[in-house]
Amino acid sequence: MDVVTNVGERGEPFEQPASFAFDAESEAELAKIIAKYPVGRQASAVIPALYVVQRQMKRQTGSAWVPVKGMDAVAAKLGMAPIRVYEVCTFYFMFNTKPVGKYHLQVCTTTPCWLRGSDEVTEACRKETGIQGWGETSADGMFTMTEVECLGACVNAPILQVDDDFYEDMDAQKVQDLLAALRRGERPKPGSMAGRQASAPAGGPTTLTTLRFAPEK
Amino acid sequence: MPKVTIDGIEVDAPAGSTILQAAELAGIEIPRFCYHERLSIAGNCRMCLVEVEKAPPKPIASCGYPIAEGMVVHTNSKMVRNARRGVMEFLLINHPLDCPICDQGGECDLQDQALGYGMDHSRYAENKRAVPDKNLGPLVKTVMNRCIHCTRCIRFITEVAGVPDLGATNRGEHMEVGTYVEKALGSELSGNIIDLCPVGALTSKPYAFVARPWELSKTDSIDALDAVGANIRIDARGNEVLRILPRINDDVNEEWLGDKSRFSLDGLKRRRLDRPWVRQNGKLREASWAEAFDAIAAKLKSLPGDRIGAVAGDLCDAESMMALKDLLASFGSQNFDCRQDGAKIDTSRRDFYLFNTTIAGIEEADAILIVGSNPRREAPVLNARIRKVWSANATPVAVIGADTNLTYPVTDLGPAPTALSSLFDGSHAFARILEDAKRPMIIIGQGALARPDGTSILAAAWRLAAKFGALTPDWHGFNVLHTAAARVGALDLGFLPGPEGKAFESLVGGGVDFLWLLGADEFDTMAIPANTFVVYQGHHGDAGAHRADVILPGAAYTEKSGTYVNTEGRVQRGFSALYPPGDAREDWRILRAFSDVAGKRLPYDTIEALRARLEKVNPIFATLSHLPRFGCSDQSGPVGDPNVLSYKPLVSPMQSYYQTDPISRASPTMAACVAAHTQPALAAE
Repeated sequence: MDVVTNVGERGEPFEQPASFAFDAESEAELAKIIAKYPVGRQASAVIPALYVVQRQMKRQTGSAWVPVKGMDAVAAKLGMAPIRVYEVCTFYFMFNTKPVGKYHLQVCTTTPCWLRGSDEVTEACRKETGIQGWGETSADGMFTMTEVECLGACVNAPILQVDDDFYEDMDAQKVQDLLAALRRGERPKPGSMAGRQASAPAGGPTTLTTLRFAPEK
Repeated sequence: MPKVTIDGIEVDAPAGSTILQAAELAGIEIPRFCYHERLSIAGNCRMCLVEVEKAPPKPIASCGYPIAEGMVVHTNSKMVRNARRGVMEFLLINHPLDCPICDQGGECDLQDQALGYGMDHSRYAENKRAVPDKNLGPLVKTVMNRCIHCTRCIRFITEVAGVPDLGATNRGEHMEVGTYVEKALGSELSGNIIDLCPVGALTSKPYAFVARPWELSKTDSIDALDAVGANIRIDARGNEVLRILPRINDDVNEEWLGDKSRFSLDGLKRRRLDRPWVRQNGKLREASWAEAFDAIAAKLKSLPGDRIGAVAGDLCDAESMMALKDLLASFGSQNFDCRQDGAKIDTSRRDFYLFNTTIAGIEEADAILIVGSNPRREAPVLNARIRKVWSANATPVAVIGADTNLTYPVTDLGPAPTALSSLFDGSHAFARILEDAKRPMIIIGQGALARPDGTSILAAAWRLAAKFGALTPDWHGFNVLHTAAARVGALDLGFLPGPEGKAFESLVGGGVDFLWLLGADEFDTMAIPANTFVVYQGHHGDAGAHRADVILPGAAYTEKSGTYVNTEGRVQRGFSALYPPGDAREDWRILRAFSDVAGKRLPYDTIEALRARLEKVNPIFATLSHLPRFGCSDQSGPVGDPNVLSYKPLVSPMQSYYQTDPISRASPTMAACVAAHTQPALAAE
């Protein structure tokens, strides 16, 4: 097994798979991605290719993460030195370099979300999952909770990102309901949990209310 | 050339230079950590900030900012001083205050520049970050807390060494320099990152906690462990070599040094011959110099000249070989040889056995053909030059001989020398590339010459060079890459069989009754017939000493002032850094002393007189360090039939880089390297 020398500050040991090979679905995805770049510039595909690895791991093991062998597979596929892939993969927070739970809870705690109650969201996640610190996985292996920086959806703060989906306008009760649904194997519809349309005002329009359109002819 | 004014000094700098380079021309020092003139520009340490008039009103990183006509730069304004102080404060935030136990102490860029440009105290009271140390193998020790993320090591390993093992993983506060997956660095040039590291994050593992720089006496010398003749500095304390560092010589090694040359110095203290030995009743016993000399003289006087012979080894200085040749010639011997590997070298003309293009000349080549050589193992510093020209111009390189893992992409022409014929008749596509090249280069390794069809390969390579325009009055593209530091010097002074001399096979196969081995260990010495009287003069108890009837303890290259001629034909001189151990003596002195006992006194009493003799034998020895470039004036090639090439695969003579001579074979550090690269699991223990 490869010994990874920097596992981050919370470096509990974990097992790296002994091998990794792209499956048919990944190969098909990769072919499309690589075709987007000019010949000789395949290395540009490294980030989407790492996502392919992460999704394949999710399909195969239920945990969306990128093992070292997966990075090596990307390096071999794109003709890069493995260390160049390691650099990219460890730089971006969206790639998990160690196993995560079945659901990856990503709480945005940047200022707008924090002002709108991300502490409450965090606390509710903790209570529901039993997770104490950032980056930990619950005892049942269902959830991993990480702290993320601005997700770019401040108008609908606070945000709880589950895997690739944004759940917006969260509060403690909604977190409780969401996690309970996830435990049941359901996948509630992403978007605003307060029921508003996209980022439109919560109680209906607040501006342009006196606007009168000419009657349709 | 744009004219810029830096601190009131007007300077003309080449267009495209950076402010930092222009400042160097003006003689102004700008502090820096990440900038290095032989690496790409990173611009990430921010130490080189300067103020530029009419530019954005902020400090500008001078290492990456190109000059423009009329630019006015200030490197010592209030803004610049403040900016540097700020940068230095940030660099020191996470840098531990462990200078007293740091091996870089006393020669640390951070220490010096903190004194020169930093604040007098720290305002940082919080915890410093802690980074786990990395295991980079047996040569480079890491203390990653000290790393300031200049990325010089990453750029060197990626760009110059061409073995991209190092990188920066994670980001921001959590950024770490390392290999991510633990492994020993796979480069033969890895030791250079120790010199490049501006702080104590990367230090020498064997040298850890050994000495402080101000305790060392520094001696300029020449590396004798390969034929490149890298310029080195030997750092010694008392009578012990503690480290070997490269000196800058742009014509030879730039400022790099191979790991073997840098780290096999602990072999200089082990298995040394420190007193004479004489074999009596089949067993070696300790003896005095007088006894040893008497035993040799008695044997020598009883023999006719044609039963006396000598073989010179790979580490010998030219002076000792000259003295030995003169000594045995006075007994009537013509049986000399320096080609322990049996290389078929045509010595009738000097350019048949030299690296004629010169090492710096490689940078002008536009197509390179390597025959029977693995320059990465045989001459890593020279290989870095080939990589340099490849990375600058994507120069096509082709290899005949199996190994193609040379840190740059190569066209594999197969293992057999018959590929030379298919290039000559144009049936291989690479022939077109050579044809179109203006300055093609052919490099012949010892692996191509030390075999029965060596003369044919040499002749075929010459014929190819002539055909593709590599032999013109201003370009000599025919090159022989040697592996032994002594070889070209020996060929130049004629340490070769005389007109009636015996060939090497006969010399070591019973053709003589008396054989003097001058540091010769690289052949099967136990195969010398028992009735041959063998004198071994050398510094290590290696193959030669095991077979010897008399052992004369000599000096290693660090212990004698000696002249070496590198593979280009460059004559270079090293100085002795310390004394040989015990009763051992400088080799030419031993020969001079013995000549008295034998009654054939050599006509030189000082090393200067001996060098005068060398210059008389071959005037080339007077051209110290200076190497004139020359083209090829005579197209007639070396002896040999270029048409009888065999299908036998070419093999590099060096199958392992780390242990190739008596010194590196005695070195525990080199043994650890071999273990790390052949049995990684064991080395990790």
